[in-house]
Amino acid sequence: MALIELDRLSHVYHAGEENEHRALTDVSLSIEAGEFVAVLGSNGSGKSTLAKHLDALLLPTSGVCRIDGMDTQNVDQVWRIRQKVGMVFQNPDNQLIAAIVEDDVAFGPENLGVPPKEIRSRVDEALSVVGMTKFRSFAPHLLSGGQKQRIAIAGALAMQTECLVFDEATAMLDPEGRAEILAVVRQLHKEQHKTIVYITHFMEEAAAADRIIVLDHGKLAMDGTPREVFAKADELQKLGLDVPLSVELGARLRADGIDLPQAIVTEDDLVQALGAAAGHAGKGGAALGD
Amino acid sequence: MLNNITIGQYFPGNSVLHRLDPRTKIAVLFFLIIAIFVFDQPVAYLVLTLLTFGCMVVSRVPMKTQIGSLKPLWWIILFTFLIHLFSADGRPLFHIWILTATWEGLVRGFFICLRLALLLLLSSLLTFTTSPLKLTDALEAILSSLKSIGVPAHELAMMMTIALRFVPTLIEETDKIMKAQQSRGADFLTGSILHRLKNVVPILVPLFISAFRRADELAMAMEARCYRGGIGRTQMKELRFAPLDYVAWGATAVLMVALTAVAILFPKGFL
Repeated sequence: MALIELDRLSHVYHAGEENEHRALTDVSLSIEAGEFVAVLGSNGSGKSTLAKHLDALLLPTSGVCRIDGMDTQNVDQVWRIRQKVGMVFQNPDNQLIAAIVEDDVAFGPENLGVPPKEIRSRVDEALSVVGMTKFRSFAPHLLSGGQKQRIAIAGALAMQTECLVFDEATAMLDPEGRAEILAVVRQLHKEQHKTIVYITHFMEEAAAADRIIVLDHGKLAMDGTPREVFAKADELQKLGLDVPLSVELGARLRADGIDLPQAIVTEDDLVQALGAAAGHAGKGGAALGD
Repeated sequence: MLNNITIGQYFPGNSVLHRLDPRTKIAVLFFLIIAIFVFDQPVAYLVLTLLTFGCMVVSRVPMKTQIGSLKPLWWIILFTFLIHLFSADGRPLFHIWILTATWEGLVRGFFICLRLALLLLLSSLLTFTTSPLKLTDALEAILSSLKSIGVPAHELAMMMTIALRFVPTLIEETDKIMKAQQSRGADFLTGSILHRLKNVVPILVPLFISAFRRADELAMAMEARCYRGGIGRTQMKELRFAPLDYVAWGATAVLMVALTAVAILFPKGFL
């Protein structure tokens, strides 16, 4: 059984009213425990709506959303679902509740009724995982955006969630903050084997995932590994999305007749492929890129 | 202009008063306030005055700051004194126009003002030596005993915590909005008071809209972290009474008993 199962999930905002808006239509997919999935899509594609379904913050208009076998529509299981799936939202300021960092991390376990001593040890561990131990007694407004988001991640970890959903958590951060968060996410995936659902519109971030899901106007448009998805650059551009610079550069060089493999996703891939190509070309006496 | 505002008037420190449990401090303050109002023998005034000054010294909060806490009520204190000075019957001291000051009035006015001053100094001592967060915790603990009569103790404390958390954030935002409006020619600093008040509206409207949006997102974040009110909730930092607190309770009890005894045995005072 997959950790997250969506079966023909649809969501309609303001159903039956004048401003009715169909955000998701018949989305079916399953995500296994331990996967790192990036969700891409242009504005209004339903990414955030999807994220909120995973934490039972929104309920399906039709279809089913199951987390670890529990139906989100089942009121009795809502709190167990939310304990399994943690959320990190977009605005770092609007998700920290307490006036001191460690109190905020403790907020989740306190709500779950965990004994004080265990809360303390969970908080200490969560803060050390995200590398914020020395800021434990700071007030949130003294931290940078990236640091605040790391606290939000620690808050979810302290609840011992199995899955973390990032709802455009890096959209309001500077490049440095984005890099910090992505590093923490990778570490959580690799070392703690957390299931990651990473909603973003930064292609470079999506390239770090094992699997990419592309949404378009509330429908599932693509689902595959970064290599498979980025190979369809034309299709992505039709959906209002760009491919990462390294993928695009590789494709253009290939179009110009330079012999490069299809499977270029990251900058490292590109550098390696170019190195190999230069080696071949060198033997033939022709210079690359003239 | 808005970046150096501190919340409350807490002075971080490690004095005896800082280390006392906030609940103890609130309870002791409560009893001392009662004592100040109930006992009007000179000896009681003497003891309470000495006690207050003793606490002020022990707290290690700068004396100037502590005396400064009287400032907002300076006029009320002076006014009270003058009313007592001129309204009491007794031996005349001097005349101004149709008013007559009396010896009795002078004495009574002095003691009433002393009462007000002690009250203010002791209450400020609580906020000087207790962080707003600890005060909130204490408030929740004290109010939760009133839960049975419908006092929403946890909700009140949660509201205060969130308010404390968002004060700096909203101040920052106000600053940003003001700068944005100023860059488009708004003027908050000159003109008549009415004019300046009018100019505040373009700050308040965006600030309120944004505050509501924040509240909405915060509510969702709280739900995502399994918040469902105070039921079944635990706390990482539990308030615990230490030996120091028992000493403070004991001392307060002894003081109250002694003052009561003096009041009963020497109703007219012996000083």
